[in-house]
Amino acid sequence: MRTEDPQAERYEGSVRDDALRAQAQTGKTITVRINRGEAGDRVGHWETFTVELFSGMVVLDAVLLVQAKQAPDMAVRWNCKAAKCGSCAAEVNGRPRLMCKTRVEDFDLAQPVLVQPMQTFPRIKDLVTDVSWNYRVNEKIVPFKPRTDRPWKFYQKDVEKAQEMRECIECFLCQDVCHVLRYSDEDKPQFFGPRFFVRSAGLDFHPMDAEDRVGQLRAEGGIGLCNITKCCTEVCPAGIHITDNAIIPEKERVVDAFDDPLRALFRPKNGKAE
Amino acid sequence: MATDSEYSTFESDVIVIGAGGAGLRAAIEAIGAGARVTVICKSLLGKAHTIMAEGGMAAAVGSVDPRDSWQQHFRDTMFGGKYLNNWRMAELHAKEAPSEIVNLEQWGAVFDRSDDGGVMQRIFGGHTYQRLVQVGDRTGLELIRTLQDRAVALKLRVFMEHTVTKLLLRDGAICGVAGYEREWGKFKVWKAPTVIIASGGIGRIYSVTSNSWEGTADGQALALEAGAELMDMEFVQFHPTGMVWPQSVRGILVTEAVRAEGGLLTNSKGERFMERYDPKRMELSTRDVVARSIYTEVAEGRGSPHGGAFLSIAHKPADFIKRKLPSMYEQFMEFAKVDITKEPMEVYPTTHYVMGGVRVEAETAATNVPGLYAAGEAAAGLHGGNRLGGNSLSDLVVFGRRAGLAAAQYALGRTSRPDPEMSEIIKAEQEMLQPFELETGENPFTVQEDLQNMMMLYVGVFRDEARLTKALELLEPLKERAARVRAAGSRLYNAMWHTALDVKHSVRIAETIIVSALLRKESRAAHSRVDYPQTSDELQKVNTVTRSIDGAVTVAYVERTPLPAELAAVIEEKVEVPT
Repeated sequence: MRTEDPQAERYEGSVRDDALRAQAQTGKTITVRINRGEAGDRVGHWETFTVELFSGMVVLDAVLLVQAKQAPDMAVRWNCKAAKCGSCAAEVNGRPRLMCKTRVEDFDLAQPVLVQPMQTFPRIKDLVTDVSWNYRVNEKIVPFKPRTDRPWKFYQKDVEKAQEMRECIECFLCQDVCHVLRYSDEDKPQFFGPRFFVRSAGLDFHPMDAEDRVGQLRAEGGIGLCNITKCCTEVCPAGIHITDNAIIPEKERVVDAFDDPLRALFRPKNGKAE
Repeated sequence: MATDSEYSTFESDVIVIGAGGAGLRAAIEAIGAGARVTVICKSLLGKAHTIMAEGGMAAAVGSVDPRDSWQQHFRDTMFGGKYLNNWRMAELHAKEAPSEIVNLEQWGAVFDRSDDGGVMQRIFGGHTYQRLVQVGDRTGLELIRTLQDRAVALKLRVFMEHTVTKLLLRDGAICGVAGYEREWGKFKVWKAPTVIIASGGIGRIYSVTSNSWEGTADGQALALEAGAELMDMEFVQFHPTGMVWPQSVRGILVTEAVRAEGGLLTNSKGERFMERYDPKRMELSTRDVVARSIYTEVAEGRGSPHGGAFLSIAHKPADFIKRKLPSMYEQFMEFAKVDITKEPMEVYPTTHYVMGGVRVEAETAATNVPGLYAAGEAAAGLHGGNRLGGNSLSDLVVFGRRAGLAAAQYALGRTSRPDPEMSEIIKAEQEMLQPFELETGENPFTVQEDLQNMMMLYVGVFRDEARLTKALELLEPLKERAARVRAAGSRLYNAMWHTALDVKHSVRIAETIIVSALLRKESRAAHSRVDYPQTSDELQKVNTVTRSIDGAVTVAYVERTPLPAELAAVIEEKVEVPT
């Protein structure tokens, strides 16, 4: 237990705060162009803002500074600001990214940083899009069902494939970049999209799951429509090997189950490899 | 002032505010008990702050160390909380956490595995044995996704991106809530005889915090306004290791798992300074102790270049670090350009968690307002004066379950269900729209920032009478300013408007923290009064309780129920901490 009274400046106080803020100043400014608009306005309009650059600034910092100081009704969706929640998905200089994970200093600061909402989903306002379609797809997926025919005992090597799939933070950037979904207008085709192939694979890879989603993925999931361009893998902020470790294995299982007559004869009941 | 000619009304048995671990677990249990359940949450489903929990969920399953037991978990929790815990909650928590692990696994959770095919468990500060069930350093995400999937499978009704602004009462009992849709700005009314507050914490009252924008203390403020009591609000946990640099990520959490996996804390002189503060437990001392130690090292001039302490795990093999702490590795690589397999991190305390909250009964999570319940971080009691790492996730599911069950049973047993009074609904709508009505008024972001800076400066890690009195003085103008904040633009996804409403909650709850901290004239756990450095035996017998009476916050000590003999005996048979 402390017995002495620390001096006033020992409190976490303005002195320390100011010092840190001063240390963070770069003396530079950056130009941010944000595509704004209200619901139904797909094209939107670009507004230009100048923001003081501080050390380590990410695009979300710049947008939130604009919101706090210049355009308080700027709509932007975010939560954790630590790349763990996946809320702040947008397109920065044309590339689908998490704004909280995109450092401003990595760009050529002589050029403006362009921020626009995800283009695959309808705009609600400014950078916020209506991603409810994803939640409706999610509801269709056959839920986990625990096996009861063996003891609840399995090892790290048994869960690694499933755990990779469960690292998904549902930012929907893979859905945004997926060409099957992106060029489909408001009406999405019969296609779950990479996020939900990952979710299905995470369940199918679970050593204690009694269900199989292979039939579902082939029919309403439309997994055949994916022609493995790997765009989803490239934009995944969680680093999940979506194409190689989720989509291709599930596609192979679909082929095995439905298009290979020999294997179909010997297929285990639940369609899963043991 | 005009009212929306048509507003939507929804009916259910149980309303849950918040879709984090506690809210979703409550909803699942209430559905299982046959209730119609509605969850209302400020963000999209699956984004709640629970996902930020990293290191694990404490449960004495004894998978790795069979010596563990509910008794030892109970002892550790009580010791960590400096015996201010609601002992009945600590008992239920320790006994029921293991079965919640089983439930989560049955719903599809994929925890890391031990060598003999059970769940892997790691040690954390204040826990005697390896007790935290984990998924690397993303355990919270696993918990949320598992509960979310289960809730979706049960066809849970969720109102995402909706904010509750008022609890509606009839004859002193809950009859519903009013709020708005964040996306489109529409006013809505939900009718139900029960409400479970599972809205999380208050971190956004402070400038440096690990909490997301959501932690504005809404649930605590709604409960207070409805006549519920808040307890132990002076106990705010400053997590010892938040990121310091760069500015952009200041306050973001560095998981305790870094220390649990062998991370060492040093100062600018290269000293392992924890030797001076807790030579026995060192880096794995309780969070309050480690936070004060880092704070003191920096205050006394032995800080790192950006005013923190060094935390290094670089003495461990790189592949070990990447396997055990994958998201920390990435977090520092991405945000700070620091390779933690080679260089130390800089860390400093960050506002993380509030031990205080809505005062509830242990068994049912019921408040003193009929039909109102609270669980998770929004509720008080389990953690006493300081929460042990890993005890939050287990708290969410243990008391989320209890709240869901109790609320469902209460609701289904009600024969009459009075509707909310129209005058209350109109009032709720007027309050909601008030920021648009003001011709002049301040930008709510400015008021929020001033409040956060004031609280960090005057109600932080160390406190004393002079600073707390000053804080109370400075709060007065902030209260007035918060009442007059203005919203511009339309009701469409308007953060200025949302913040205008949220900041009123924050100011109110800041007051409960300050008055409680002023009242408790001792140093205990997370509450450090430099003018009262001793821990008082007398004050161990009381909790601090705040109420709102005619809009004014009052504070008083309330006598605690003495520990029953059988639990006192559990605490007595103390097991030595392994070194």
